[in-house]
This record gives sequence, structure tokens and C-alpha cells, in this order.
Amino acid sequence: MKLVTAVIKPFKLDDVKDALKAAGIAGITVSEVRGFGRQGGHTETYRGAEYKIDFVPKVSIRVVVAADAVDSVVETIVSSAATGKIGDGKIWVTDVERLVRIRTSEEGADAV
Amino acid sequence: MDSGDTAWVLMSAALVLFMTPGLAFFYAGMVRSKNVLGMLMQNVFAMGLISVIWAIIGFSLAFGGTGSIVGNLDFAWLSGVTDLDGNIPGMAFVAFQMMFAVITPALITGATADRLKFSSYAILIGIWSIVVYAPVARWVFNENGWLFDMGALDFAGGAAIHINAGMAALAVVIVIGNRRGHGHEPMPPHNLPFTMLGTGILWFGWIGFNAGSALAADGVAAQAVVNTHLAAAAGMLGWLAVERIKTGHATTLGAASGAVTGLVAITPCAGFVGGAAPLIIGAIAGIGCFAALGIKAKMNWDDSLDVIAVHLVGGVIGTLLLGFFADASINGDTDGLLFGGGAELLKDQFVAAGAVAAFSFAVTFALAHAIRATVGLRVSPEDERIGLDQSQHAESAYSS
Repeated sequence: MKLVTAVIKPFKLDDVKDALKAAGIAGITVSEVRGFGRQGGHTETYRGAEYKIDFVPKVSIRVVVAADAVDSVVETIVSSAATGKIGDGKIWVTDVERLVRIRTSEEGADAV
Repeated sequence: MDSGDTAWVLMSAALVLFMTPGLAFFYAGMVRSKNVLGMLMQNVFAMGLISVIWAIIGFSLAFGGTGSIVGNLDFAWLSGVTDLDGNIPGMAFVAFQMMFAVITPALITGATADRLKFSSYAILIGIWSIVVYAPVARWVFNENGWLFDMGALDFAGGAAIHINAGMAALAVVIVIGNRRGHGHEPMPPHNLPFTMLGTGILWFGWIGFNAGSALAADGVAAQAVVNTHLAAAAGMLGWLAVERIKTGHATTLGAASGAVTGLVAITPCAGFVGGAAPLIIGAIAGIGCFAALGIKAKMNWDDSLDVIAVHLVGGVIGTLLLGFFADASINGDTDGLLFGGGAELLKDQFVAAGAVAAFSFAVTFALAHAIRATVGLRVSPEDERIGLDQSQHAESAYSS
């Protein structure tokens, strides 16, 4: 099993969720995060004074999938989250040692 | 007694009362989220503390007796105010003036945001309302007061309230020092929707503040309503125009700030001007106060929420412009420079602005020093870091 973690633009969340659902993914975990990358921060102006906001709000998605589904999931997120502009985010994939469904105690591929 | 006049003044007292929670939200939106309750509390607390002090002694010191500098104790504990009965009951005047006394020291809280200890704030504004506000209200609003007697005009408190609170704010800022992190740590407003809400409440309440000062339900009051509203509108447009040109965007905080500067500047003029004057005064205030934002950075004063630029500068602009725009055909018997009255009124307005500013600064500066030397003005560095909400009130505004 693999954990796919993606950091995307917040307004793209619904598109990514719909695309993953359509691809047959049964569940995802979402959190609001802040960070900086090549996009850097932005400036805001209050009463004429400029403030540099270093951290940009992003949404992080986590999906656990069977190893053979990783490529199609990554593909789905890339195509549904991309705008082509700077700050679209990143996806990384890591190994998952063990997975348990709490309600039934099912493990491994059965718990995905 | 006139029931129409009385009804309007009583209604106006309620409108002015509502301005203090409005001010609380106006300011609270601009501070960081760890200080929002501290800011709301300082403003709302003024409604408690100052009302009591005003009833016991403040009103009497402002409006009792015949002294030109300060009143006497004839009306202490609000006894004998029926002596003031005229077209409205003396008690209606008490109610209306009480709300002015409440909001004036609350204006200072914007300058000292995020670092003024709550207990010291209570001592500061309690004493301030007796030794600064009551005498100044006497000078300006009472017929025996020396500025009133000299001929200076202040319809609803450009000098007595805005210059007074603005200079007091400056004095306390100098004594208390800057916020930790000021100048190198960003401290953007945490909730501008609060600030917009507060602006709406202030604008609404200001109708009573200015038009209630006619102390009658008459043509002067109607003129004051229109002047007040138009000055706020022009102030907003003036501020936004300059802001858009200088920074590229018309901001919500700019709209809110500009409207308030127009309201501040029209305050002394509200019942004395007409025609295009409120639009000109409001626009000059919006542009002038925006330009004044840079003063604090140049002087390294951490006037956190711009009480100097908005209230002091706005109050000075309105007080002095009245010397040009006063129109005896609207009200009173004094014409300004542009209406054939010569420079006499303008001179009186200069004296009023200068006298109130100097007195307020000097006394507040001494008072702030005395408090700093005894019980301290500032919260500890640790308390400042965790914020006023937790350190002063053991509460959080936003719990998850």
C-alpha cells in the first residue's frame, strides 16, 4: 500500500475530490496547511502600510491506495489540480507499513 | 418643555451609546486575534466605569456652576439637574452628555492596543475623565467655559472629543512605548469584517452624536444629519481615491477609515455649515488623514490603530475648517472666512484646537508617567506575547 500526499491550491479541492471519486477512490483526508515554495508569499496593504505574508494557504490531501493504483491516482490529482500557474503544489508517495480499518479490524488491502 | 425636542435628544443618547460597542468592533477587527477580547473589553468597560464616574462627579464638574475653567459640585450624584430644565429636561442633557463622556476615553484604546494593562487602563481613563475630559467639556460645551465664551465653535466635539482623545492617545503612546516586534513583525488586522461592522454602527450612531447636539428636533438637527452623512460619504471617497492611486487598491479598511475621518471632521461643524461644505470638509479629511498616516512611522510612535491620523488630525481639520465654512444663515451668528465673517472665527478655532491639544497632552502625559511609576502601564513581555485575552482576562476569543 502507498500513501499519496498532495499539497494543492485550496480552490482546486472540489475538482480533485470529484476526480478521485470518479476514479473509484473510497476516501481521502483533507487538512488546511500553510507554507511557501517557489511561489513565495504575497503582500497585503493596510492603511498604506505593506505587509509581507510569507506563508500561503494550501490544502493537503492524503489518500491511501493499493500499490498498483498509485500511478492512476497521482495522474488524476495532477490533471485535476493543475492550473499551469506557479503555486499548483506537489505530490509525494510513501510506503505504508500497515493499514487497519477500525470498525472491522480488517487489515491491508481489505482496509483500503 | 418640548416633547419633540426631548424625544430626539433621548433617542440621540441611545444612538451615541451604541457608538462605543461600534468603536469596540471597529478597533477589535484591526488587532491580532490574541488581543481581540482585550480590545473589546477596554471599550465596553468604559461604558461601565465612566458612566458611574460621570454620574457621581464628572457631569457636575463639566456643567455645574459658573466657572470658566471647571464647574463645581452642585450636580454631584446628579442632584438638582432639574435646574437645567428648558426645552428639554436637564436629565435628558445628562443622558446625552454621559454617552460622550463614555466614548471619548475609549477612543484612546486604539493607540495603546495589545500592551496596556487592563487595571492600569481602568485607573488611567477613570482619572482622565475627571481631570481632562470634564474641564475640556466645560471649556467647549458650557456657555460659561472660556473657549465657548471667547466665541470658538464646536458643535459636537471636534476639539472636546477628537483632538482631546487624539492628544491623550499620543501622550500615552510616548510613555508606554511601542509593541514588542513593532516595525519588524507583521501585525495585520485579524478580522476586517468586525471593522466594517463597527464602522456601520459608528456611522449610524454618529447621526445622534452630531444631530442630537442641536438639543432640539429642528432644522439645525436636520442639517446636521445631512452634513454628517455627506461628510462620511465624501471622506470615504477621498480616502479611497488617494489609496487607490498610491497603493493600487481600494481597500475595505480604507473605506471604513475614510468614512470615520469624514465623521470626525464634520463633528465640530455639523450644525454650523451647509451647502457643499460637508462634502468639501469630508473629502479634505479623507485625503488629509490618509496623508497623516506616515507621521507615526517618521516619529517612531506605535500609534497602533492610527488614533492620531484619524481622530487628532481629523479633529484639527474639522475644527479649523469651521473657521472657513461657518455660515450664520444655517445657525448661530458667526460667519467663517468664506462667508464674510473675516478671520476672527478662524483665530478662535486655532486657539480652541491649540488649548485643548496642549492641555490634554500635558495632563495625560503626567498622568501616564505617574501610573507607569507606581503600578505600571504595560503588561509583562510574557503576557504581551501570549496576548491580552489570556493574560488580562483568562479567556480566548476563538477556541477550536
